[in-house]
Amino acid sequence: MSLPRYAAQRLLLGLGQVAGIATIVFVLTEVLPGDAAVVIAGDQPDPARIAAIRAQLDLDQPAVQRYLHWLGDLLHGDLGVSLVSQQPITERLAASAGATLLLAVLTLSLLVPLAVTVGMLAARREGGLLDRTLSTVAVALYAVPEFALAVLLIAVFGVQLGWLPPTAFGTDLISRPAVLVLPLLVLLARPICTISRLTRAGMLEALNSEYVRHAARLGIGGPRLWLGHALPNALAPVVQQLARTTDWLLGGVIVVEAVFVIPGLGTALVDAVATRDVPTIQALCVLIAVITVTVNLGADLIAFRLAPRTGAAR
Amino acid sequence: MLDSITTPLSRRGLLGGAAAFSAVLLTGCGAESKPATTTAGQPRRGGRLRAAFAGGGVNETLDPHLANLFNEASRAKALFDKLADYGPDVSIQPRLAESWEPNADLTRWTIRLRQATFHDGKPVRAADVLYSYTRITDPAKAFRAKASLDMIDLRNSRAVDDRTVELALKRPFADFPNVLAAFGAYIVPEGATAFEKPIGSGPFTFGSWQPGRSLLLKRYDGYWDGAAYLDELEYLISNEESARVNALLAGQVDYAHDITPTTARTYERDNRITVTRMPNSTMQSFAMKVDRPPFDNRDLREAMFLLTDRQQLVDTVLAGSGQVGNDLFGKGYQHYAGDIAQRTRDLDRAKSLIDKAGARGLRITLDTAPVASGFVEAASVFTEQAGQAGLVIETRLGNKDTYWKDILTSGVLASYRSGAMPIETHISQRLLTGSTTNATRWARPDFDALYNKAISSNDDQARKQAYGDMQRQLHAEGGFLIWGFADFLVAARPQVGGISADAPANTLDWARFDKVWLG
Repeated sequence: MSLPRYAAQRLLLGLGQVAGIATIVFVLTEVLPGDAAVVIAGDQPDPARIAAIRAQLDLDQPAVQRYLHWLGDLLHGDLGVSLVSQQPITERLAASAGATLLLAVLTLSLLVPLAVTVGMLAARREGGLLDRTLSTVAVALYAVPEFALAVLLIAVFGVQLGWLPPTAFGTDLISRPAVLVLPLLVLLARPICTISRLTRAGMLEALNSEYVRHAARLGIGGPRLWLGHALPNALAPVVQQLARTTDWLLGGVIVVEAVFVIPGLGTALVDAVATRDVPTIQALCVLIAVITVTVNLGADLIAFRLAPRTGAAR
Repeated sequence: MLDSITTPLSRRGLLGGAAAFSAVLLTGCGAESKPATTTAGQPRRGGRLRAAFAGGGVNETLDPHLANLFNEASRAKALFDKLADYGPDVSIQPRLAESWEPNADLTRWTIRLRQATFHDGKPVRAADVLYSYTRITDPAKAFRAKASLDMIDLRNSRAVDDRTVELALKRPFADFPNVLAAFGAYIVPEGATAFEKPIGSGPFTFGSWQPGRSLLLKRYDGYWDGAAYLDELEYLISNEESARVNALLAGQVDYAHDITPTTARTYERDNRITVTRMPNSTMQSFAMKVDRPPFDNRDLREAMFLLTDRQQLVDTVLAGSGQVGNDLFGKGYQHYAGDIAQRTRDLDRAKSLIDKAGARGLRITLDTAPVASGFVEAASVFTEQAGQAGLVIETRLGNKDTYWKDILTSGVLASYRSGAMPIETHISQRLLTGSTTNATRWARPDFDALYNKAISSNDDQARKQAYGDMQRQLHAEGGFLIWGFADFLVAARPQVGGISADAPANTLDWARFDKVWLG
């Protein structure tokens, strides 16, 4: 199959997935227990007040009508108006998306070179001392959940030693990069383990494959054999995993955002759920669905390009 | 969280469960009420105070009439004023109103406004008051203060002159100043509809705002109550209590609002942090529905009062940061019946009352939900106490989103709490036949009559008498088992001076920054 044809096929599938998710999101938020008006009324559940809130939010309109209206707006890129702020959601979410995007880009730009290098180092001598050391560290680090690592790093480096700011409270992330050090360490910890392990495995497989041996027999050796011939094939599964990591990062890693006070998309989603701000929940779900579909589409295309014959394209 | 007029949405930190859990385990010696030690010295002018609060996220609003969460309430009072507000004993203090005077039958109130100006230099006028109250009571909207202000007949109210407003009431009401101080009843300039860059008459002017992150305010030198000490006040947002405390320890913020008793105890002797306790902030109770079995039986209600070990609840659930209650709302507030003897545990009498009611071994369902800190813990401690008297309490964990509405009508026994408000407001919202949030289903014509006597009398002595009689009745056989009052806890760097230690949550001096300085 040619790349353009493959791309078109995947794009159509992606569009269908987004449309399906949008519908599911709407239906699910409809059937959540307790309607939004009751939640907003909180501990002042005066029936007249609940009725007024319901009318104000158009919750007294039929669900089908609201669904069609919402879908129409969505097609125009209009994510709607927040129940809480009564302001357009798109504007308010831009800053959250910015923080999340910054963290994701920084994490990925450190992750890829670091993890691939570590994986290749480990693959140099299978079962050697370096390989075993790196494997042990990777497995141990992978076993530590993000929040535990975050709390530990904050307690030691932020509060006890005072070397790094424990939170990003009120600081501009770009102008004070020191606040990003601890969050980045936490975000990198587990992905580095998975990506480096996958790189190692892929490299070992590629190095043992017939075509690399053949290339070696032809006299191609050293870095050229490793980087030019073995690595592209080894990276195909790595790209798939990277897509998952990217997806995870772009969805906003709520634990990291919460403890380090970086208000990104994860925080926005938690806040929206807590205040039962249904339009914002819906908008975020659709946004995150679009991100997931796009990232996976990109990953599939890259994997296809890297190794068209290895079946990664499915 | 704030409660009731005064309780905004419950927002617990992501990792907060562990702290609450350890608070229960750390059964303790009770907090010593030592005064907060600061190094702030004498008040001085200048500096920027960075205050960390929990908040509503990117969709938060600066509309003071929509204020609901702690930080929204605090920002509203920094930017705006009400005509009156709650003092430390929840009595009414004049603010933008300089004085008020009712007519003979208490149906028309003439309010004289102070000479105050909005941040744009325009004076605060009677028209602004009428506009603000009209906006709040808009039938198409659901502003929080609407229920309180609804008693004003705005069509028959008028501006006498720029600084005099005459408000007509739909019925006589001696405690009308309570309405002027209602949560969210802020005065905004006439015609104001957008609050992205709010203009108020409060001690701070708007600087810049990043929703969900920070709000920077600047001192308003023309403030009628004296200019603030601080040059600038910055509100920062994190719903994670540990993050607020960590930032405070590392000097990233100067003030952390709403910390847990566990945190307070952990850093009791840490010289990086000063904890301020604001007593009598949150009423902690169980609501018994008196209109249905089993609590339609007065003996059983009294048995419940007597089997409760209040000190144990305060020590465990509140980790000692609070005081025992006497089944009456508003400990230490104006009109509180402090002359009624404190009830203590009497298991023998409780058991004999339970026998008299034929309720030995009775299974009672207690509704609770993690809507407020300590609810579930209190339910479990109470279950054990009731077991010792021969009652079997079964806890039912409800849906926290709809909890407050669910317990209004269904069930027989429920966890309940409330923030500070005048005792009159508590009664009118929760204890009259026509109250819309009557969780104990207390409906007594003789009690309603006492209330009406209290609010329609000009005679202070007669009103005091009526409030006392109502409370005696509630103490003897009411539906609220009020076991304690939680302190509200804030932490600050020792250099911060002027944080009031005697302002219950929701009163004027709580979360107020114009009298705070950086030493």
